[in-house]
Amino acid sequence: MTGFLARRVLGAVITLLAISVIVYVVFYVTPGNVAQITCGPRCSPAQVQQVAGQLHLGDPLYARYWDFLQGLVAGQDYSTGTSVQHCSAPCLGLSYQSDQQVTALILAKLPVSLSLVFGAMVLWLILGVGTGVLSAWRRGRLTERLLTGITLAGVATPVFVIGLLLMIVVCGQLQLLPFPQYVAFTDDPEQWAWNLLLPWLSLALIEAAAFARLTRASMLETLAEDHIRTFRAYGVGERSVIGRHALRGALAPVIALNANNFGSAVGGAVLTETLFGLPGIGQELVHAVKVVDLPVVVGMVLVIGFFVVVANAVADLLYAVADRRVVLA
Amino acid sequence: MSAPGASGARQFWRRLRTQRAALVAAVVVALLVLVALAAPLLTAIEGQDPTTYHPSLVDSARGGVPIGSFGGVSADHWLGVEPQTGRDLFARLVYGARVSLGVALAATVVQVAIGVVVGVAAALGSRLVDQLLSRFTDVIVAMPLMIMALALLAIVPSSFPRPVLVALVIGLIGWGSIAKIVRAQTLTLKGLDYVAAARLSGWGTWRIARRELLPGIAAPVITYAALLVPVDITVEAALSFLGVGVKPPTPSWGQMLTAADVWYQAAPQYLLLPAGALFVTVLALTVLGDGVRTALDPRAASRLRVGTGRKREAKA
Repeated sequence: MTGFLARRVLGAVITLLAISVIVYVVFYVTPGNVAQITCGPRCSPAQVQQVAGQLHLGDPLYARYWDFLQGLVAGQDYSTGTSVQHCSAPCLGLSYQSDQQVTALILAKLPVSLSLVFGAMVLWLILGVGTGVLSAWRRGRLTERLLTGITLAGVATPVFVIGLLLMIVVCGQLQLLPFPQYVAFTDDPEQWAWNLLLPWLSLALIEAAAFARLTRASMLETLAEDHIRTFRAYGVGERSVIGRHALRGALAPVIALNANNFGSAVGGAVLTETLFGLPGIGQELVHAVKVVDLPVVVGMVLVIGFFVVVANAVADLLYAVADRRVVLA
Repeated sequence: MSAPGASGARQFWRRLRTQRAALVAAVVVALLVLVALAAPLLTAIEGQDPTTYHPSLVDSARGGVPIGSFGGVSADHWLGVEPQTGRDLFARLVYGARVSLGVALAATVVQVAIGVVVGVAAALGSRLVDQLLSRFTDVIVAMPLMIMALALLAIVPSSFPRPVLVALVIGLIGWGSIAKIVRAQTLTLKGLDYVAAARLSGWGTWRIARRELLPGIAAPVITYAALLVPVDITVEAALSFLGVGVKPPTPSWGQMLTAADVWYQAAPQYLLLPAGALFVTVLALTVLGDGVRTALDPRAASRLRVGTGRKREAKA
């Protein structure tokens, strides 16, 4: 188990490094003038010159990437003309358009995005697995037909469409809830939850549909296995067969899907944040893309990549816990 | 899994035909493609085009609300006009179908092309080549498609034609899972006797790959590609919705939804038409993709009872 753990962590670190190389190369070997793009469209030639100096654009690419890595581990100093700004340990560079450090910018926005994604994840796992188990249990009946239809519709609906409709119906027409405005959990937990309710639902309903389909398929496959037939032959009740024995066997692919889907859920979170005006890293990323703030874009992509890779590693560990045969493989 | 020769194709159609839902979905998809292809013709019949502003049809005193009932529906404008600009909604919707379907199809073609080349090369190459390509594929799979596409769209010069660019970006990032499937399938086939026979009779790697392996990986590739198209449609719509995909004046369904929430009371169809179009398209393509999977791999489908058709095939 320790060997497996070490291998998995090492693998995750290597994947992250590879992502950072690809992202760095792609973004800093762009066809356009990097200094001009980084500085922004309104920079004077002198400022562009200065940015080019700060980015060490004269140096070869690998040297700049090495600097970037050093900044991540040890911090870096940036001279902004007159003063020197110190960017401490996990330094992702400076935003040239807002003069802020990218790390600070991301840290300020991270709680919003984490609240959104993890809250929604709880919902989509409960809804998705619940629906999948229910439709496997009621196979061939009206309940299953209905649930299959609903989940298919859920898979076919883009997250921003369901979000738009929810917002218009619940906040606009029925006025059950005010239009969401983010309130920090530390300020007021109750308001935090109420304001995140619709964003959670929008994100979770779409993701839950995928989980319901997978859970159903996985349950049906497990239910056809011999050990389940043995349980039934011993007279174990249907409720226990489904809820305890079959579900356990069916959960492994669900865990794997949760990790695989984490990336797409983050994409969905970007849309949800933009739609509901939540000030998270997704909204910031879209803004940075629109004004072409390269250091912010690169930093955001790396941070999101970090979360996705960690999610995958955690899923592998859970998978190994759920199914001991994996460790040997 | 049978190699799809003439008989394989016929078998495939017969199996697809027995599934009622997939059949309906195929008809819907065919209609959508027809609408997309015939967009200039349809708008010519209506007498409108997607980019002309009609300031006289919106009430500028009330912020640009379309004049007339149901958001300005009339004999000239079958589905009403866009708030503020007065552009014809029907024309924008049918031209939007071109963008949505065209971008998604092009992106899928790029994904399949890269995925097949990388997957086959990894399976047939030396150990080192396989290791390098497989690790690279793992990294590509780990990068979230939406986020990378969003970021890449920031740095490409805006002079590039936007729909082509969006298709390329989605295609260049989203090929990872196809490459994995192709590699696994090629490795399986490589060990089979008929491939060994081909090698023993002195065929080169390239000829074996083309003549013996490609037909064998066709079934899983087609299945996966069919399921990728609706995903790509959603990604394009999402990027355009965020304002970084297809840019105005080119109409796209996702982009039409960007401002729709402000107008839902005055012109509800401005929201409901593109949303409905997206929903129907993605639903039809998903059901069709499921049907294709069932038709190509009936064993797996009947084991899981994923097939939506009630009639089971009488003889295989």
